[in-house]
Amino acid sequence: MTLNQVAPSPLVSASRNRTRALLVFAGFLVAAAAVLPLGLSRYHLGLATEVLIYGTLAMSIDILAGFAGRTSLAHGAIFGVSAYVVVYVVSTSGLPPLLGIALGVALGVFAATLLAALFSLIAVRTSGVYFLLITLALGMIIWGICLRWTDVTGGENGLRGDLRIGLLRDPRAFYWITLAVTAVLSFAMWRLVRSPFGLTLRGIRDSESRMRSLGYDVHAHLFVAFTASGFFAGAAGVLYAFFNSFVSPTTVALAQSVQGLLMAITGGIGTLFGSFIGSAAILTLQNVVSSYTERWQTVLGLTFILVMIFAPNGLIGLMRSLLPSNTDRTEP
Amino acid sequence: MDRRQFLKTSTASLATIAVAKPWVAAKAQAEPIRVGLLAPLTGVVAAGGREMVEGTQFYFDGIGNAIAGRKVELMVEDDASNPDTALQKARKLVEQDNAHFLIGNLLANTGLAVANYVKENGTPYFIPIIAADDLTQRARIKNVIRVAGYSASAFTHPLGDYAYKKLGFKRIATISQDYSFGHEQCGGLCQVFVESGGEIVQQFWHPLNTADFSPYLGQIADLKLDALFMMENGADATRLMQQFASFGLKDKLPVISAMNTTDQSVIRTLGSECEGIISAAHFAEGSDNPVTQKFVADYSAKYGKVPSLFGFSMYSGSMWVSQAIEKLKGKVEDRDALIATVLGIELTNSPLGKTVKLDSFGNPIYDVAIRKVVKRPDGKFWNVPIDTYPNVSQFWTYDPETYMKQPSYSRTFQGIKKA
Repeated sequence: MTLNQVAPSPLVSASRNRTRALLVFAGFLVAAAAVLPLGLSRYHLGLATEVLIYGTLAMSIDILAGFAGRTSLAHGAIFGVSAYVVVYVVSTSGLPPLLGIALGVALGVFAATLLAALFSLIAVRTSGVYFLLITLALGMIIWGICLRWTDVTGGENGLRGDLRIGLLRDPRAFYWITLAVTAVLSFAMWRLVRSPFGLTLRGIRDSESRMRSLGYDVHAHLFVAFTASGFFAGAAGVLYAFFNSFVSPTTVALAQSVQGLLMAITGGIGTLFGSFIGSAAILTLQNVVSSYTERWQTVLGLTFILVMIFAPNGLIGLMRSLLPSNTDRTEP
Repeated sequence: MDRRQFLKTSTASLATIAVAKPWVAAKAQAEPIRVGLLAPLTGVVAAGGREMVEGTQFYFDGIGNAIAGRKVELMVEDDASNPDTALQKARKLVEQDNAHFLIGNLLANTGLAVANYVKENGTPYFIPIIAADDLTQRARIKNVIRVAGYSASAFTHPLGDYAYKKLGFKRIATISQDYSFGHEQCGGLCQVFVESGGEIVQQFWHPLNTADFSPYLGQIADLKLDALFMMENGADATRLMQQFASFGLKDKLPVISAMNTTDQSVIRTLGSECEGIISAAHFAEGSDNPVTQKFVADYSAKYGKVPSLFGFSMYSGSMWVSQAIEKLKGKVEDRDALIATVLGIELTNSPLGKTVKLDSFGNPIYDVAIRKVVKRPDGKFWNVPIDTYPNVSQFWTYDPETYMKQPSYSRTFQGIKKA
């Protein structure tokens, strides 16, 4: 059997007419996001850039959590490793800046993808809470290495480098580049989950045994999905490295994975684009509330509980349920 | 959301932004001196962070929250003991709140992250607590100045000298938290101690937040040492000293320590476990210098506790910068002038009761006190100076150029030449 020879299901053809509307809508969104820098202060522009970067990370988690039914707690580590590789390569390669950056970006994404492939070999045989625990452990190993391998990672103090050269130094230009990269990555992820391959993933999510008896190689599909999602997380990590010019063990820590997952959940698991809404909501809340009270983490925690109670399908799910005329009703 | 609705909302939000912009610009022209204070109010070192805020507020309240006729607006942001958050907050303070300068941070990794950020935009950044050696040595950044702070190995250099020459120790071991701050403090001690003729028998590195020290204490007891050097922060310091005492080692083995191990933030809650420990620092709360005594009494009266390193450093650091601004007649906007003036200030009236100035790397030169923990009449413990090393440079007696050619202290390099 091969991965792509699946007959177009009724689900695909039914939603095809919706696709164009969605693309137009997405085009509008990107255009709106592109004019944003003209009205925003530098700080808000930085926040917007961060929203895009973390949104991409959350989206990569959503590929697995929302479409393959596998909740990963290793994506923060994958994201962070790519950031580490970029900063390390750019600051130590000794190549001309542009070449060093190109090499760093390539190696960063490659390292993240490779790591994800390695992780998935270990993790895809499990599901549910076991998958959660294995990815948690794998992520912790990476964190431990980053903390202890002082000669390379700088230990607790992390790595610093001058990554933002030339055009990248201008916050607006950097935002636009991030936006362009994010748009391309999001489109690729969206294509991935809507492809026959994505449908197979959903099949696996809903009933692994049925997919297996239909002749699908469940492990191979999950392997590809995990590796692809690692690639996207790695790409987000590269953007993050350029955004901060700094990386430390907190970037690969469990909290990073959890934050990415929370963003995906807040936006709506399985909605993909909800990740950006989740990322915007959480980052805004963090930055605004923490200026007023040092109990901001309590506020965040309570907010998550409220979201879980009143919007279990995330903010996108909540919006859908509030708009009864929505075309989504055609889909079960 | 349909397209029309979407267009409506997006037009509305863009309009809001357009209306809000002139208002933001108008705010930037307001008069006060805006101080951006970054402190860990949550996370692993939150207790120290709160004392940092206290120390800063204590100083600015004391001068009526005004410098050279301009009001001081203190903006406090929580760095959550996390470098990523610290960066985010530094951006907010500089780009959103238009802070004239940043001050604070506790953990080295948060300080290094912020330092890297201000390197790009030139905002003056003062670090009275961040001790990472290289910020005022190998990786010096022009606008990052360690006012009223110290580089990690600056005080353990003289302690190593004192341990060998005055205390007569020949064989010591070190136990330390396994991270840069620990590596640097131990490295300073080891290099000077070994070059004087002493021997480092063994070095123990344990992870942060170690609950049980018995595996280390068992080994330490068997090493036939003259003394043990401890480099611990926070709860680890408390636990190690308590377990060290309950293992019965307290009466058998003298202890010398990094200044933070016997800082008030730690020994405030301890009993006789900490008594007699010798450390080296610029500040000793038990000093009989009248200026120091007045500061300690005033601070204790206001906050109900003897000031720790965190409170003291932020107080003195704020004083340092404020005097520079005073000298500039309040023209805090001129960053280059501010940095140059801060570097040139000789601080005379700090709680140290002695004049302090910065070296050309932006690190203070102190008279380093050798301190001993003693019991006060009221049963509390504090550090009392027993000896002094005048005018100690962060490079000790080494030539700065030669010194900076050796690598930074790390777990693998402790300043000891491999035979």
